Amino acid sequence: MSIDWTAYPCAGLYDELIEDGRPRPHAVSLVEHLGGLEGAELAARQEAANLAIKEMGVTFTVYSEEGGAIDRAWPFDIIPRIIPKAEWDQVQAGLKQRVEALNLFIDDLYHDQRIITDRVFPAEVLAKSVNFRPQCVGVSPPLATWAHICGSDLVRDADGTIYVLEDNLRVPSGVSYMLENRLVTKRVFPELFEDYAPLPVDDYPSQLFDTLAALSPRPADFPEVAVLTPGIYNSAYFEHAYLAQQMGCELVEGRDLFVGDDDCVYKRTVDGPARLDVIYRRVDDLFIDPEAFRPDSVLGVPGLMRAWKAGKVAIANAPGSGVADDKVVYAFVPEIIRYYLDQDPIIPNVPTYRCMEPDALAYVLGRMEDLVVKPANESGGYGMLVGPASTKAERETFAALVQKDPRNYIAQPALRLSTVPTLFGERIEPRHVDLRPFILSADRVQVTMGGLTRVALRKGSLVVNSSQGGGSKDTWIVETEGR
Amino acid sequence: MLSRVAETTYWFARYLERAEDTARIVAVNANLLLDLPKGVAPGWRPLVDITGANALFEEHYKEYGERQVVRFLLGDERFAGSVLAALGGARENCRTIRDVVPREAWEQINELYLFARDELPSGLTKKGRHAYLKHLILGVQTIMGLLGGTMLHDQGYRFLRIGRHLERADMVTRTVDVRSANLLPAEAPELGPFNTIQWVSVLKSLTAYQMYRRSEQVRVQRGPVLRFLFQSNAFPRAVHFCIESVRAGLEPLPRSEAALRVVGRLKRSLLGTKVERLSQSELHAFVDELQLGIGDLHAEIARTWFLPPPEPPAQAQQQG
Repeated sequence: MSIDWTAYPCAGLYDELIEDGRPRPHAVSLVEHLGGLEGAELAARQEAANLAIKEMGVTFTVYSEEGGAIDRAWPFDIIPRIIPKAEWDQVQAGLKQRVEALNLFIDDLYHDQRIITDRVFPAEVLAKSVNFRPQCVGVSPPLATWAHICGSDLVRDADGTIYVLEDNLRVPSGVSYMLENRLVTKRVFPELFEDYAPLPVDDYPSQLFDTLAALSPRPADFPEVAVLTPGIYNSAYFEHAYLAQQMGCELVEGRDLFVGDDDCVYKRTVDGPARLDVIYRRVDDLFIDPEAFRPDSVLGVPGLMRAWKAGKVAIANAPGSGVADDKVVYAFVPEIIRYYLDQDPIIPNVPTYRCMEPDALAYVLGRMEDLVVKPANESGGYGMLVGPASTKAERETFAALVQKDPRNYIAQPALRLSTVPTLFGERIEPRHVDLRPFILSADRVQVTMGGLTRVALRKGSLVVNSSQGGGSKDTWIVETEGR
Repeated sequence: MLSRVAETTYWFARYLERAEDTARIVAVNANLLLDLPKGVAPGWRPLVDITGANALFEEHYKEYGERQVVRFLLGDERFAGSVLAALGGARENCRTIRDVVPREAWEQINELYLFARDELPSGLTKKGRHAYLKHLILGVQTIMGLLGGTMLHDQGYRFLRIGRHLERADMVTRTVDVRSANLLPAEAPELGPFNTIQWVSVLKSLTAYQMYRRSEQVRVQRGPVLRFLFQSNAFPRAVHFCIESVRAGLEPLPRSEAALRVVGRLKRSLLGTKVERLSQSELHAFVDELQLGIGDLHAEIARTWFLPPPEPPAQAQQQG
């Protein structure tokens, strides 16, 4: 049986492909094509995609998985999400603006702290920041850029507005899945590409290499770049290996490197020590150098901070850039953009209550069942309260937590995230999605063409994280001129 | 090339070779047993003897029956030398060097491991075993072919070659040792007709029968068989050939002098012995000597090119 789109239930929600039972203009060909396929055929395509993913070894790791099995196949839904190019251009401009401002902000915090002197950003927020690294004060990384790779999560509310939900400036992951999703779609749905020419995503690795190469302390056409991974048991190990492979550079672990007496970083190679210029580190700040941070870290390289401060090696993202990756800092990003760039934000923030402000705190405590309350420094959807889905007891526990440390919490209205048609067996149902584009900053700023669309596979769920039952979709940016 | 990657590549190749070799000895054993008279046939125990894992086997199984031995060698993940565990080891090593090996090779090892795991129940049946093992052996061959045909022949490839041939040399010496020790006593003339069959079995365990015939053009006899399996430099599963391949892999590497000296010693002892004249106990001592040499060679390779073992924590040193 083929699909009856008029019965597709998306009332009161914004669906990315369907509006009132009819396809949006950019989705007409796709929806017609899907409509022409039998349910069994769709299910077979999904099966082929699952098989391709298994064979390609596209995996992610879940910590709680018991013995042996350390990786799971990447969950993927074959129906792509489509965004018109014209809309995407706006989003791109907004993301560039945002990351530019955030880099200025980080650089300011580690130097003169003008934004605090000028009373735009409260000193107490910085004082309580767990990701501010005193070890980085006064350091001037190349091009005054700190967050070279940023993954910002975007969501669309029921009225169609796109908001930034959060910025990931430490070690954002997911870009490899964006690339693999496109490959899988090409394998299992080649005929879709007859009607559509989604803008390519596959130049990301070379853009990433260019970004990293621009930071090299030694001027060279092909500086020595390496990806530093915590190792095979990290949930994003697949991605670390993938990016190293795609960039044609080495994937290293801490034990592969050492810092010499000349403050340069060397790889231990078969030919003896070999100097390294740029490290794309996928290890958290606190673990990169046991001499400077956690002494018990075995993932890092003793002396790495010394080498970085001496300008003998570049590290991306720069240590300390996580200071802007904080949900309370997030709440100040509109002010940060205005302060440094003298511009209005192109993409709005989700309206955010800063619990550190007494009025906001009172409001949040009184309206918890309507709000999403988040701690400042958790990721992966952990440790937050989703008001509408919570019990009274959960709300009371959370209220106590917030009152104890208001600086550490923000609250936002529960958004009705937009949906995309998603395949379940032979049926299609709407499921909520977000979008994580990646922004690269060095001598120039580049944004991925689309990004990683994550989808909450459980009915009604808003949690899109793959560690908590989320899936993903290929994301297409398409020219709609003349269609 | 990173020392750690060199090490991983080396182990990747060793595990792959181990998987193939174990699959091969299981594949030929069933056939051999059909050729020998009941009461003389050595049964399945020698296969476990070859791996040297008798203690582990006896801990988990009551007897050396066909079912038990085959399960142990093919699918028991408690045994690191089982085909499934070796393929798993190869896959995990390959996962950490995905930036070095071609993507197709990774997909192939991944598929092969999943096949070995999912189809194991059928591989354990008498009916399904042949097809299962054939698929596995061909799968490993495909990966090796893919690597040879699509990977850069740089340092990484050399370590692959070194690991593969060192593992094979190790396995061949063990196989000859055990297989020949299980032969009939020489002073049993009534079993004369089977003598040939048994040396054929030694060759077949190493997939060497056809090539022996082509190369030696003589009857299958102890002396020429031993000479062929140890000293041929044309047959790729002969010890000499394997060691020579290791040597060729080592030679262009930096700081290879020490490892080449070990190879030199190993080759002198291998080629300076008249293997056809060795008595059974002398043969056993000779194999022991080769095994020690192979172990020394591994240790020297690890010392020269692999990552140094982690330094003991400062506290432990103080206590010491």
